[in-house]
Amino acid sequence: MAQLTYRDAVARGLAQEMRRDERVVLLGEDVAEAGGVFKTTPGLLEEFGPRRVRDTPISEQAILGAAMGAAMTGLRPIAEIMFSDFFGVGWDLLANQIAKTRYMAGGQLSLPLVVRAANGGGLRFGAQHSQDVANWVMAVPGLKVVVPSTPRDVVGLLAAAVRDPDPVVFLEAKGLYPVRGEVPDGEITDTLGSAVLRREGGDCVIVTLGLMAPRALAAAERLEREHGIAAAVLDLRSLVPLDVRAVLEQLERTGRLFTVEENPRLCGWGAEVVSICAEEGFTSLDGPLVRITTPHVPLPAADSLEDAALPSVDRITETVAKSMD
Amino acid sequence: MDVRLELYRQMVRMRAMEKRAYDLFLRGLVKGTSHLSTGQEAVAAGFAAAMRPDDYTFATYRGHAHTLARGAPMAGILAELMGRGNGLMSGKGGSMHLTSTEHGMMGSYAIVGAHLPIAGGAAWSAQLRGSEQVAVCFFGDGTTNIGAFHEALNLAAVWQLPVLYVCENNQYMEYTPIRAVTAVERPAADRAAAYGLERVVVDGNDVDAVYETALGALGKAREGGGPSLIEADTYRHGGHSRADPGTYRPQREVEDWLARDPVPAYRTKLLAAGIAESKLAGIEDAAARETDEATKAAEDGPLPEPALVERDLWADGGAAWRN
Repeated sequence: MAQLTYRDAVARGLAQEMRRDERVVLLGEDVAEAGGVFKTTPGLLEEFGPRRVRDTPISEQAILGAAMGAAMTGLRPIAEIMFSDFFGVGWDLLANQIAKTRYMAGGQLSLPLVVRAANGGGLRFGAQHSQDVANWVMAVPGLKVVVPSTPRDVVGLLAAAVRDPDPVVFLEAKGLYPVRGEVPDGEITDTLGSAVLRREGGDCVIVTLGLMAPRALAAAERLEREHGIAAAVLDLRSLVPLDVRAVLEQLERTGRLFTVEENPRLCGWGAEVVSICAEEGFTSLDGPLVRITTPHVPLPAADSLEDAALPSVDRITETVAKSMD
Repeated sequence: MDVRLELYRQMVRMRAMEKRAYDLFLRGLVKGTSHLSTGQEAVAAGFAAAMRPDDYTFATYRGHAHTLARGAPMAGILAELMGRGNGLMSGKGGSMHLTSTEHGMMGSYAIVGAHLPIAGGAAWSAQLRGSEQVAVCFFGDGTTNIGAFHEALNLAAVWQLPVLYVCENNQYMEYTPIRAVTAVERPAADRAAAYGLERVVVDGNDVDAVYETALGALGKAREGGGPSLIEADTYRHGGHSRADPGTYRPQREVEDWLARDPVPAYRTKLLAAGIAESKLAGIEDAAARETDEATKAAEDGPLPEPALVERDLWADGGAAWRN
């Protein structure tokens, strides 16, 4: 069992899938020679060569289009968009082409591709290199959306994304890149749409993923220690497909549900989760469903401002404790 | 079969199908919008005849003729225009998204310029797989001012991809003359140098010239010679879409181009070359019969089942986003 950082796990996952299947190719800005701006792809060019690991120009439409054309003709491309904020530059390819083409073609075309990107805040990069865009992509029919929170899950979920026959947007929580975790040796694979219960607890459940998962766990420990509240923590791991069964099961068990999400509040994924709970889990509810989110603002740059915007361990702890009073 | 007769046959079929599509609009049987390529047949016919069956075609929303030329059944095309369950895509796509992968027709794309990078990706895949397939991507003159055009051309040139980018310059960007909104005289050819490519202009109403140009560029791409950017000069006889009578065009200009209609022009040329009138008449009769039969099959087709709405979003055939 190795201790790997989240960023090392990306390279490990990519290598695992590229070794397994020669149709898997990687393209993006600075992914080859430079090993990725976040050092998530080092060693891949050396192992797999320039045919399968390709540096591209700064051309998001060309990158996404190349991945799409290659996917529909027999390859399994992984396209890196350096920062998920840049989805805006290639949004037509992502939302109009990659997402819709199988459906419009009546199922004639398959698009087995992965779009990876560094997503979200925590590194003081300011609003155009920091926003969590999970709420953008999950609203588009035709895209699957994965957000891992641990190095182990990076490997397992990346494998699942690459092997999936549909387009998957793989959002790497950039604030977690330096975080270490245990990654078992050998091949790891997961199933998309399977949440993991990170912590048991009978009083309430905190539903989360990505950068917020470790914060929710830390808050749950404080809730136990300081307030005597036993909070379960459910890591969704993917938004499309969504593990609704696991959410409703935890709601039934605890009667109280909180969501902690990084994206701005309006139309964030937590709204979907609490709406499902209100519709389908109403009889289990012992109190209001509460969402903890970033406010509806672009992410500011300064340390104190970014920290104030993103849900912190303090804010999660206090919100849950107050609500459970 | 004589290639010349095949070129003529394809153009006659396209003309007959597009005329029928227009009649069906007038009868209210084709819904939504539709973009005809009447007058531009020589480009679709010339390239399709020069391509290998396993080559890839990428077309725009003005893609009926390109789809037919690759071998997709006319009945499936007309049925798709009419929203029938026996349409090429069971009514899920409509006029602007015609796709028939078994005929190498990898889709018609309705967002201007979007398909240029996608065609490049198919060419990249062919290059990596060593299949010697070529992707041929048709687009209009208006596309040359879209960012994706430049991104796709640059990547294709840098990676030496086996892709042909074919500009069907029909002189109008929707309702506006292309020259009024473009800094260079020839919207595609004059930009070739920016990607280190040769400047290629072909008379898009001369099907023999198109065919020869296509053969040359396809051969070059197959041998690893990289992409081509080809500008074919042509003219759409009608307006941009069904809602547009095209009255913004000077009458003199329309008359000049109608006098260069590629279909009758080629007929005259073939007769002068000694091909029997009866052969050409036979091709025309066959196209008329095919069009009538295809129309009937389309009209008789069932409406798509409502359950199709939630089918084929994902590869498992469904559209579920939750468990």
